[in-house]
Amino acid sequence: MQESDDIVLSVEGLKVYFRSEDEVARAVDGVDFEVRRRETVCLVGESGCGKTVSALALLGLVPRPPGEIAGGRVRFCGEDLLDRNEAAMETVRGRRIGMVFQEPQTSLNPVFTIGEQVAEPLRIHLSLPEPEIRERSLQLLNDVGIDSPGQRLSDYPHQLSGGQRQRVMIAMALACGPELIIADEPTTALDVTVQAQILRLINRLQQSHGMSVLYITHDLGVVSQIADRVYVMYAGVIVETGAVEQVFRNPRHPYTQALLESLPSRKKRGRRLYSIPGTVPHPAYKPAGCPFHPRCPRAIAACRAQVPGMCAFDDHHVARCPVAAGRSFFDP
Amino acid sequence: MSPEVTALASGLEEPPAPKRTRFEEAWRLFRRNRMALAGMVIFALFFFSAVIGLALTSGSRPLFDPSLVRLQEKLRPPLSTPHLESLTPEYRPVVGVYLCGTDDLGRDVFARMLQGAWVSLTVGFVAVGISVAIGIFMGGLAGFYGQRHIRLEQLLVTAVLLTGAGLLAAGLRSWGALLLAAGHAWLFWSISPWGLQRRKTLPAGLRFLRKNTLMVDTVIMRFVDVMLCFPSFFLILTVVALLPASIYNIMIVIGLTSWEGTTRFVRAEFLSLREQDFVAAARALGVSNLRIIFRHMVPNAVAPVLVSATIGIASAILTEAGLSFLGFGVPPPHATWGNILSDGKRFIFDAPWLTFIPGAAILIVVLAFNLFGEGLRDILNPRLRERN
Repeated sequence: MQESDDIVLSVEGLKVYFRSEDEVARAVDGVDFEVRRRETVCLVGESGCGKTVSALALLGLVPRPPGEIAGGRVRFCGEDLLDRNEAAMETVRGRRIGMVFQEPQTSLNPVFTIGEQVAEPLRIHLSLPEPEIRERSLQLLNDVGIDSPGQRLSDYPHQLSGGQRQRVMIAMALACGPELIIADEPTTALDVTVQAQILRLINRLQQSHGMSVLYITHDLGVVSQIADRVYVMYAGVIVETGAVEQVFRNPRHPYTQALLESLPSRKKRGRRLYSIPGTVPHPAYKPAGCPFHPRCPRAIAACRAQVPGMCAFDDHHVARCPVAAGRSFFDP
Repeated sequence: MSPEVTALASGLEEPPAPKRTRFEEAWRLFRRNRMALAGMVIFALFFFSAVIGLALTSGSRPLFDPSLVRLQEKLRPPLSTPHLESLTPEYRPVVGVYLCGTDDLGRDVFARMLQGAWVSLTVGFVAVGISVAIGIFMGGLAGFYGQRHIRLEQLLVTAVLLTGAGLLAAGLRSWGALLLAAGHAWLFWSISPWGLQRRKTLPAGLRFLRKNTLMVDTVIMRFVDVMLCFPSFFLILTVVALLPASIYNIMIVIGLTSWEGTTRFVRAEFLSLREQDFVAAARALGVSNLRIIFRHMVPNAVAPVLVSATIGIASAILTEAGLSFLGFGVPPPHATWGNILSDGKRFIFDAPWLTFIPGAAILIVVLAFNLFGEGLRDILNPRLRERN
């Protein structure tokens, strides 16, 4: 099939549990998503809903113990990633999947120069001759919009501003020409103006390098700017997915609706901002049935009893809420 | 474009961060600490005099001969001129006077101090080098792999290999060789791809071999506690009494008994560094564990190690001097500060310079290293740095 060749990353039923002495935290509890070629996919959700853990699990970076991949499959360009051992994963990380982290302040090693750090992925994955490494590092810094890159190569991280550091992190993730970039809230720690620049940069690089981006964020404003498709996550499961216009114009799941309702906007000026009652359930003590039912204004008795399945609304617009779909709970 | 316009245009860009390297920053802070600066100057002087001293006191015809005996010139005070009429030219001191006097055999104390400086320097550096190497290795292991468990099979292999080596040493060649070969075969099998495949499907009867026993961290850190329980000077005394007296044995023994502090420092640093974002970022770039440990974490962990090493050099020098003073150190014809002191103590009232000069040298050098180490600690500690 044409479409399946187009899928860079597909995750099916991924489960990541953290075991401690007397409880099991089900941080990611059966997550499915896919990223196609040249597509930006956003994973949205509140803090602690399992976004970052899902991303780390893709790269085999969940600390084990206490973490544990309890099930599911991760296919990257047709290859199974969860089956691979550590040495085989090292050839995927940084080379075929790049990752950008949340905190540019602390994600660079303070004792090495920018040049050494940008060159590191080139050195370990491509083993190029030294002059070429330098040339490529310069090119990378140039690509991510750093002024006078030649001078910056010999600077230390503390001499750079937050935005510049995040640009360096992006350059490192791009270094080996990966097929997929995972960006884990790369703009959360930055000012709004810098955030806009970084988002534009990611967009531009995606166009020019023809790669896919899995963008993890809790910021719906960011999602509306960059995403092609959205996955909304709640308590370790995907609750709604669709094209970004579908989800934003016509949210189906009560959780997505509540999230959008709680965004400040001009229309809501002067009114009290909506906030979702209650808190996110602890991953070790999730309620039975739909994890959102204790906070859901539309919950019915059946929501408590059974985990709802995915219900299709429009073309590719799916939400985990039979109530919204006006369907009997027990339909497939 | 006029210069003003370019200045304005460049002013619109992000202002550059202050262009100062970490080294310049550190040096600026270090200079303010007078005591530490004095310590460093003395350390440098000591270093050069020890190196020059080695050149001047060794060889077949040294400029300063530390073992040249002039019995007629014994116990001359410092700066005294020799009785030229009683000495043949080659017995006269090079500079015309006995700079630090002579001892009970008429040997030039200055020459002996120079020779001893080299001993102190090498003992200090080699012993600390050994202890820091062991400390970084053990601390790194405990800090990075500490949460892993040692499996029963690993304990058994170690036991088999040790017994094999023991039997070999005891003369039971065939049994020892057999056990060693068996142990190695087991090791090779367990790391071969075939063994790795099979280990998931181990028969039920052998499953107990994969049982986890102690944590790596527990084993290493409790061993450190045990080592710290021994009064280390007496441990060194015991070991040195059993081994042939030689300067190398002393260096090794001091090194092998002083790595515990470094291990604790490195472990603590690694435990916090392991959770740092840049380690996670390096891992996401596909950097291997070994490279993460040695290239990303060790350079970040050396600051406290450097400090404890500097102070460790001082205590190694002191330990060596103590051993030599007690007669367990470097064998006699060779001079060290400890045995000059020890030889001189019989004449403490007649020739006080024989005890005073080496004593003062030990005091000054040890003090200098301690001050230097504390100065380093202050500039490397960011919390103290802010106060300045």
